[in-house]
Amino acid sequence: MTHTTKKFLASAMLGTLLAFSAQAATLNIHNGGDPASLDPQKLSGDWENRIAGDIFEGLVAEDAKLNPIPGQAQSWTVSDDGKVYTFKLRDGIKWSDGQPVTAEDFVFAFQRLMDPKNAADYAYLQFTIKNAEKINKGEITDFNQLGVKAIDDKTLEITLEAPTPYFIGALTHYTAYPLPKHVVEAKGADWVKIGTIVTNGPYKPVEWVPGSHVTTVKNDQYYGVKDLKIDGAKFFVLEDQEAALKRYRAGEFDILTDFPTDQYEWMKKNLPGQAHVAPFSGLYYYVINSTKPPFSDKRVRQALSMAINREVIGPQILGTGELPAYSWVPPGTANYGEPAYVSWKDLPYSEKVVEAKKLLTEAGFGPDRPLTAQLKYNTNDNHKRIAVAIAAMWKPLGVNIELVNAETKVHYDQLKSGEVEIGRAGWLADYNDPDNFLNLLVTGVQMNYGRWSNPEYDKLIKEGNAQTDLAKRAEIFKKAEQLALDDSAALPIYYYVSKNVVSPKIEGFVDNVQDIHRTRWLSMKE
Amino acid sequence: MIKYALRRLLSTIPVLWIAVTACFFVLRLAPGGPFDGERPLPPVIMKNLAAHYNLDKPLIQQYMIYVGDLLKGDLGPSFASEDFTVGQQIMIGLPYTFTIGTAAFLLAILVGVTVGCLGALYQNKTPDYILGALILIGVVLPNFLIAPILQLVFGIRLGWLPVGGWGDGSFKFLVMPIVVLALPHAGRISRITRGSMIEVMNQNFIRTAKAKGIGPRLTVMRHALKPAMMPVVSYLGPAASYLLTGSLVVESVFGLPGIGRYFITAALNRDYGMVLGTVIFYMVLIVFLNLLVDIAYAWLDPKVRNR
Repeated sequence: MTHTTKKFLASAMLGTLLAFSAQAATLNIHNGGDPASLDPQKLSGDWENRIAGDIFEGLVAEDAKLNPIPGQAQSWTVSDDGKVYTFKLRDGIKWSDGQPVTAEDFVFAFQRLMDPKNAADYAYLQFTIKNAEKINKGEITDFNQLGVKAIDDKTLEITLEAPTPYFIGALTHYTAYPLPKHVVEAKGADWVKIGTIVTNGPYKPVEWVPGSHVTTVKNDQYYGVKDLKIDGAKFFVLEDQEAALKRYRAGEFDILTDFPTDQYEWMKKNLPGQAHVAPFSGLYYYVINSTKPPFSDKRVRQALSMAINREVIGPQILGTGELPAYSWVPPGTANYGEPAYVSWKDLPYSEKVVEAKKLLTEAGFGPDRPLTAQLKYNTNDNHKRIAVAIAAMWKPLGVNIELVNAETKVHYDQLKSGEVEIGRAGWLADYNDPDNFLNLLVTGVQMNYGRWSNPEYDKLIKEGNAQTDLAKRAEIFKKAEQLALDDSAALPIYYYVSKNVVSPKIEGFVDNVQDIHRTRWLSMKE
Repeated sequence: MIKYALRRLLSTIPVLWIAVTACFFVLRLAPGGPFDGERPLPPVIMKNLAAHYNLDKPLIQQYMIYVGDLLKGDLGPSFASEDFTVGQQIMIGLPYTFTIGTAAFLLAILVGVTVGCLGALYQNKTPDYILGALILIGVVLPNFLIAPILQLVFGIRLGWLPVGGWGDGSFKFLVMPIVVLALPHAGRISRITRGSMIEVMNQNFIRTAKAKGIGPRLTVMRHALKPAMMPVVSYLGPAASYLLTGSLVVESVFGLPGIGRYFITAALNRDYGMVLGTVIFYMVLIVFLNLLVDIAYAWLDPKVRNR
């Protein structure tokens, strides 16, 4: 018997044993893709976050509504200048192997995150920490200069480059999870293998069959283990949403983390109350190349934006009721309040079209000189449906659109290199703060695919980020947002929604703007 | 025979090398890189990732590194999976794919040959028409259509079988994937068998057997089946390589952890290492299976053996 076959049989036997032992309250979650790793510094997707957030815990955790709550830290203080955070760790926190979690584990983790050799995709999310970016760029090689210091085993001090209002929220992200220094140093890259990995979250991973599932069980060493109602979870890999829905209907899954939009009406009738569609902190938009005539003309951009009938896209074209987007920052974003809106938001659609025609005529386009443009999107049924619909909405203006689709990698390569006139893009919030969206339109930022540039806007964003008073900061940001909207920097189309299907036997599932639902807050009715 | 087999295997090494080399360079011509996506990474991160995977080195140097690792038996890292190398992923997925593939292969032969023989024996009679129609369904309906129908009927409506997943690897979990995989091949095998069997049954030595008073069942089993299997055997090589390399559709729909989805997914993700790894694996498997077919041919046909 080969080594592989033995491992295969062992894994099958272990799976069976686990299935029997954990049948009581095991949550079966359809999780979409295969995780790239169990190492929280090697992740980049929401499906990976679901697992990582169950098995690790940072200084700050999230409650079911996604409010930051004390995690491994029991309390923290912030200096008057808003730059220095001092965290007191909880008493008795341990890794799953019984070793204590110390401030040094956090220092080790942040230093490793910024180590260029580690090549962590998401290291930039913590660039607000002093010297983090310089270390990641290789400009500073002494990692001890990173603004993360262990004062003693129980006290951690983090110094920032500048006051950052969303920093506590950013600490809930998996890039801020601690790592078991004693295991990583002893085992190297193998620290993350099943059987070796130790974690500090409510659950610990005990099985991973790539392409099939990751199984977790309760972590007995976790300080809140007594409060856990679910014994463990199985995160299933399955990208085919139709197949996932069938397995849910057969009772094989308790939660679906996505579903085919064309099944929504059927689900409302046949699975009442089980399909959860909720506002999600994300924006679906079209970029428009501001450096390329005629799109460098603000009137052309505004005409195209006004002629999009956003009201029909969510309910009729997608069928899941996505809300029309007239702002750049989605409503409900933290530290912001109500966002700024385009001035023509409340005009009836017929008047918007009349106004759009007028703008195009002023810009020199009309029946004798139609505007011709390419609209690029990445291959996907929904993107196609929206592109076809919007091209049809622009037709009465005398705009001829050629639709061009490409696979995701190619599409984003074209967006990045500016080979686009109008192109589909989307942004899902990394952290719950307006800066995350407003940053997309700053001059020179890579995600600014439309190359829109406005020095006044850039100045306001800089000013807002230097402001520690949240109310004042929001005011400055709103000015910037209004500037971008008045100039039609890009064309917001709709705000994303999260789409989950939750079995009636699951309790404690709370819809929230980042679609994060930790197993620790859930329970299961028998 | 052993000498012949060794010679055949050795002759594939240059072919393999040319394929890997071509694949290596063609992959890099494709627009978009492994780290392009919905969420563009800052230049500093891109630079670190490129350095981490040697992508910042000249292409020819990357190629030399890859070939050097390959000669040591290392298929290199996968960009999509940090915790498993390409080789590890293939070795993990292989038992699942082989289990389903082998079972589907045997089922396809069993059903295909049986139905084909019956069709030939009852040529142009009612059983032939009924079986032909059933088999035609298996051939013409694509598996991405059959799989959801089976899931709906046997998984959801009747509740007899699990809708998907490997579960504990027990038979009930594997029935639907095996049937879906086997069906089109069973159809093709039955049509080849039927045609070949009709041809053989009209030959002189069969007429002689019948004249000697041997019954139809014995005539088929003892005299007709072996020569009639020649065209079937030549189809089995490609069929086996198709089944044993896994099916993207079947593995995706049933959520199985096999290697069928690796190639397509890796190509779309620009996961160069995984694409090359699967190409090498497929080629080695195809060469090996073709060799087995040739050996089976030699066993079935003395003329080939003596050539």
